This record gives sequence, C-alpha cells and structure tokens, in this order.
Amino acid sequence: MATADIQIKEANVFKRIGKGFVNFFTKSVPTFFTKTLPGAFVKLGSGIAQGCKNLVARFRNGSLGTKISHLVFGFGNLYHGQIIKGLIYLALQVGIILFMVLCPTVVGPNNVEVPMGWKALANLGLKGAEPDLANFDWDTGAAKVTDNSQLYLLFGLVTIAVLAIYVLLWNSSIKSSVIADTAVKEGKKPTSLLDDLKALLDGRFHILMLTPTCLAALAFTILPTIFMICMAFTDYNTIDMSAEARTLFHWTGFENVGNMFSGKSALGEEISARFFPVLGWTLIWAVFATFTCYFGGIIVALLINKKGLKFKKVYRTFFILTIAVPQFISLLAVRNLLSGAGPINSMLMSMFGLEKPISFLGLESSGNDPVLAKVMIIVVNLWLGVPYTMLMTSGILMNIPADLYEAARVDGTSPLKMFFKITLPYIVFVTTPYLISSFIGNINSFNTIFLLTGGGPSVGAYKAGETDLLVTWLYKLTIDSGEYNTGAVIGIMTFIITSIITLVTYRNSKAYKEEDTFQ
Amino acid sequence: MIATGQDGTKKKYRSQKGAAITSLVIHYVVLTILALIWVIPILWIILNAFRGDAPNSVSGDFFPKSVGVEAFHLLFTKSYYGVDFAFLRWFANTLIVAVVDCVISTILVLSVAYCMSKLRFKMRKPFMNLTMILGLFPGFMSMIAIYFLLKSIGLSGQTGPNAWLNVVGLCLAYSAGAGMGYQVAKGFFDVIPSALVESAKLDGCSNFKIFWKIMLPLSKPIIIYTALMSFTGPWMDFIFAKVIIGNGAPEMWTVSVGLYNMMFGGQADASLFTEFAAGCVCVGIPIVTLFMFMQKYYVEGVTAGAVKG
Repeated sequence: MATADIQIKEANVFKRIGKGFVNFFTKSVPTFFTKTLPGAFVKLGSGIAQGCKNLVARFRNGSLGTKISHLVFGFGNLYHGQIIKGLIYLALQVGIILFMVLCPTVVGPNNVEVPMGWKALANLGLKGAEPDLANFDWDTGAAKVTDNSQLYLLFGLVTIAVLAIYVLLWNSSIKSSVIADTAVKEGKKPTSLLDDLKALLDGRFHILMLTPTCLAALAFTILPTIFMICMAFTDYNTIDMSAEARTLFHWTGFENVGNMFSGKSALGEEISARFFPVLGWTLIWAVFATFTCYFGGIIVALLINKKGLKFKKVYRTFFILTIAVPQFISLLAVRNLLSGAGPINSMLMSMFGLEKPISFLGLESSGNDPVLAKVMIIVVNLWLGVPYTMLMTSGILMNIPADLYEAARVDGTSPLKMFFKITLPYIVFVTTPYLISSFIGNINSFNTIFLLTGGGPSVGAYKAGETDLLVTWLYKLTIDSGEYNTGAVIGIMTFIITSIITLVTYRNSKAYKEEDTFQ
Repeated sequence: MIATGQDGTKKKYRSQKGAAITSLVIHYVVLTILALIWVIPILWIILNAFRGDAPNSVSGDFFPKSVGVEAFHLLFTKSYYGVDFAFLRWFANTLIVAVVDCVISTILVLSVAYCMSKLRFKMRKPFMNLTMILGLFPGFMSMIAIYFLLKSIGLSGQTGPNAWLNVVGLCLAYSAGAGMGYQVAKGFFDVIPSALVESAKLDGCSNFKIFWKIMLPLSKPIIIYTALMSFTGPWMDFIFAKVIIGNGAPEMWTVSVGLYNMMFGGQADASLFTEFAAGCVCVGIPIVTLFMFMQKYYVEGVTAGAVKG
C-alpha cells in the first residue's frame, strides 16, 4: 500500500467512525425501516412462494418412492435399495414422533416433573395456572415450591428445536430420494452407503466438519440465548412470593422493557432510576478503558523497542506476566493490596498521618467515593490491558517502513512530530479492528468489575452499585436475586448497544468488506 | 540542521551522542519502574504465601516479618467446606476439565475455522453472520440458561455420590460453544495460499486429505495457540465455573471457585488469606510456566487475530 495513501486514511479513522455513527442514525436507520425491511419482507414472501412451487414440483416429478418419502422418511431410499440409509431416516422419524407423543419427562428441582413433547408446547402457552392445592404444605398453609417455570419454557424451546430438526430431516430425506431418482433416470446406480460416506470426506466435507459444532451450538448457545430473550417477555422472577407467581410465568409482552424506561410501577421506578446511570458508566468505562490501555500499550511498546536498549525480552516478560496470571488471582490480589488493611493504605497512613484508610475501591465501611473507585478501576485496568496492546503493537512497530522515518529525519522533523505523523497513524490504521473488538470486550468486561469492586460502593437502590456495568448488574439480578426477566431485558439492551457499535464500525472497515477477497 | 563547519559537526555529534545516552538511560529508568509496578501485586501475593505468621489475614506490611511454609502445609492438608484435601481435589478437577476442554475445543475450532476459510458452500455466509450476532450477546445471558439446562439433565448442582457429574457438565459448558470462536484460527488459514488447495485438488486429493495431510502439518502454530487458550481457559475462568458448579458439592469445585469462596464466599474467612495466597501460587506457577514456554505462539496468535486490516 502506498504510504501517502495510508497517511490520508489513518488520520481520518476517528472522524470516519464518528461520521459512521451519524450516518447510522440519520441514514441507515430510516432506510432500514423504509427500504430494507419492506424489501426483506417482499423477498421473504417471494422466497416462500418459490419454495412452495419447488416443493409441489418435487412431489409431482418424483418417483413413487419420493412421493411416499413425504410421509415416511427414507422410503425413497428403501425404494431405490439404499437400505441402511433409508432405515436411519426411518428410525429418526419414529424416534422424534415417539418423543412428541410419549412426552418423556425430566424431574426438575423439588421433584416436579417437567414434560417434553406436545405437552411442553402446550405448557408454553400457559397464562399462569391455579395454585396446585395438592402441593400445599398443610403445616404452614403456604404453597410448596413447585416452581418450574423456567423449565417449562426451556423444554418448550427444546421441543421446538426437535421439531425444527424434524423438518430439516424431512427435507433431507426427500432430497436424498430425488438424488437417487435422478441417478436412476440417467441410467446410473443410486449411490451406495460407502459412496455416501466417501462424499462426506470430499464434496460434503463441510457437513462432517460443521455438524458437531452446529449441534453443540444449538444446545449450548442458540437455545440458551433464545431462552433468555423469551424470559424478557415474561413476569418470571423469584422475587414475587405469591403462590401463583411461584408456580408459572405469564407472558407480559413489553412490560419489562417499558419498566426500564418509564418506571410506571413502583418496581419499574427503581429499575429505571438505576438503568441510565449504569448505562452511562458502562459507556464511559468502555471508552476510557479502551483508549487508556491502547495508548498506554503503544507507549510501552515504543519504550521497549528503543534502539540500543538491552534486555528487551526481560522487560517484555515482566509485562506478559499479568496476562499469564489468571485474572481472579491478580485482581483479587490488587483488591486486597488496595484494601483498608492492605500495605498501600498502611504505608500512606504512616507517611501522611491519615486517620483512616483511603477507600480506593469504595469497599470500606465509610468514606467511600464513587468517583475515586471509578478512577481506580480504570487505573488498575491499565495494569491488565496495557500488556495486550504492547504485544500487538510491538510487531507492528517493526513493520513500519524505515524510509518513512529516514525521509522525516532529512526534513528535520522532531521525534514527537514523527510519532504523531507516522507512528501513531500507522498503528491506528492497522489495529482498528482490534480497537473495535476491545471496546465491545470492555462493555462486557465482567471480571475486572466483579472481582475488583463487586459493583461497589453500593447505592442501596435496586442492587446496581456505583461501579456496576450492565453485565455485572445482569449477574446480580439473575444469579443473586433471581430476577430473570429484568436481567434478560438488560442482556438484550447490552446486545443492542454492542450490535449498533459493531454494525457501524465493522461495516466501514476493510476487514468486513473484503473478507472474501483477502487470500 | 546543516553543520556550519568541522568544529560544529564534531560538537553536534558529541552532543547527539550524549543525548542518545541520556535518552537511553531515561528509557531504562522508566521501564524498570514500570516493570516494578507490574510485578508488585504478583510479588505481594507470593510474599504472603510464604509468611511465617500464617494462617493470617491481610497485613499492612508489604514484606513479611518472618518466612515459613505453614500456609502451603495447611492448604494441602486442611479440609475446607468439609472436604478432606479440598485444594488437591479442586486442582485435580481443574486439570481434568482443562484437558478435556483442550482436546474437544481444539478439534472443534480447527474444523470450523478450516471450513470457513478454505471451503465454499451455501451456508457459509449465514453461518458466519449467525456466529457474529450470537457473539454480541453478553456471554452471561446464555450461561444462566445453560445452568438450567445442565441442572435439569442432572449435570449441575449435584451433591453426594453423583457429584462428579458436575465436572462433566462444566466440561460440556466450556467446550460446546468453542466452535463459535473460530475467528483467530480462520485468520491463520486465510493466510495459507488457496493455490495449495487448488493444486492438490487437481491432483485428485479429497477435501479430507487436503485438510489432514497438507493443512494440519502447516498449522502447528495455530494448533498450539488454540490448545494453549483452551487449556488455560478453565484455570483462568472464574464466573462460568462459579455458576455451573458453585452450587454443587464443594469437592467438585475448580480452583478458581474454591479460592474465591475462601476469600469472598458465604463462608469466607479473612484469616484464610495466607492460604489463599499459597493456593494462588500453586495455580499460578504451572500456568505462568506454560505461558512463558509457549509465549511465541501466544504472541503470534494474538497479533494474527487482531491485525487483519
């Protein structure tokens, strides 16, 4: 790449990103609703129409085996003599139908049975059931814990996933029958099982490679994510102790989202009072954490890469140490180091004759200052984050063409100017993707806050402390206090924020546009 | 800066040399101070592990007044949370999880990364977009659901004789989603020329053979990087482990959950601090050693993953 070209581009990286945001809200969002979305619906409609047409044509043109395959999986394969393949399809169909009809149950906590299959689908539509009289604790008169709302939702979704797999199998069984049809029509033999297995190693290699990940992702990423999204639209939490709320959830639509902004109910008022401060601090934190570590890392890399400096490796090793030591160790160490009883405070107290320790992290019984705690978090985060940027930029520094500096030196440019005109622009240009991903990473930076301050100093209202980020608040709401619905709304909010940032920045970046061509 | 005469040049040269030395000295001083700041917390934990007055709580002195190994002795022999040899068991659990996770994750990551980089098929772009979108949700959201899922099939929250199932659940939770983190490895495969694949294809190689015989031998750095990351993951991670196995039997915890609970959990005790420090040293030494030996591959992976502009 021509150096002049780089210089022009990199100087504008931040401007470009800023413009990207403005464009996003003034242009992209309106276009999305006026053009992209309707366009997508039209596309979807025509896609469905075309798909139906293809389905009918496939049915009409197929052999007898293909036709019956629409009802009985694998029949087409059996018809063409692909016995084992046909039997596998058939077995899968029978298995799924049995699953749907027999409704195997899972025994949840408190020995409450949760069904799968069609009963699970029926449970999904529940609008809250009557408290189960049989489950009353007659000694106290209270309803026994029969709370399995989350499992009803979970296994409802599992059943839907199984149905989706059923549809995919249906399609694949017919497809395989059609392929056998064509082979016969062309006067060839239908593929044997061995051929099919061989195809998995060659033409259909990606299926072999991706299936394990897809199944695992379905069970452990996609399903859980959808589950939590659904949770945001229910009243499910373990706060409301009334018998009904503790038995089954209700679908409440956008009530939780509304609460977050308007705070109409008493509960909502509490949530919305904390939501915007937490959101604001999350963004401030992300900006500061990203840029301090970024520039700090560059400076350290420059120091280490100084010409003529010895022991470069030794110095680098010292910095890498913080990456190698597990964060729960290093952060808890820092937390204790800065605590009221820790050595730093006792040193300061004896040196300056302070009466009581400084509450650096806002965790003491008195004298907590949220601003100091926030500043300290960002400072401690430097300690964690600088080594990463240092490693990354060390390599880049060595790649900057030496003649650029040579030319600048001949022109009598001062070192400081060289840094701002050559070094920095070059690094920023190359590491923009890293900058974006570390910004996103900082929004979701759970460890630093949770291990360092635990969100403190506490505010009292609605569990979110002064230094809580959205993610740590999400943790407190769900894991600590069981307010799954509110927690889920916060998760979705975080998703919306991170996706807007990603959309705007990545779509402007070369890495996204030229993903395919760069090889 | 044009020299005016011979004398001037010499002077200039001398003063330049002097300036260079001064600047070098400043570099040494600044770097040494920074390096000190960077080691202090780690050094402090190590010093606390060897305190002579163990068991004890956080002390105001940076350097211990006396030295001893009582903390280690206690850590290895005492029972915590009613579990005999608790720390050794936690250590063994973490090791098991780390090995299983390392094997499964590496296989998944490499296969997905290779597919996305070198094979072309209909679902490629949709798959990449989907993984990107899922990656934007906070990892936590799905974690809670994973906990419910594992608990309902008996792989989490177990106590008693079935408690070992918690560890199975944790292995699943760590490695199942690994395939979605294929981006760094994909970046690596992207750099290997596609011409290599094309020519092998012309020679009649199957896709499997190309992957197995040509690509894998070329990808030693990325294999090591992926394995290193997934092996150290369970040692470093704290929050996933806390949610998935924290509610189950204490003998099935991992080191991070155990050590955290010693300091801040429900039965936390400030006087356990020296034992906590000793535990940190025991966990830190093998991980840091591993890291230092594999530093080259780690740096390669980090830079390859981030710099794709």
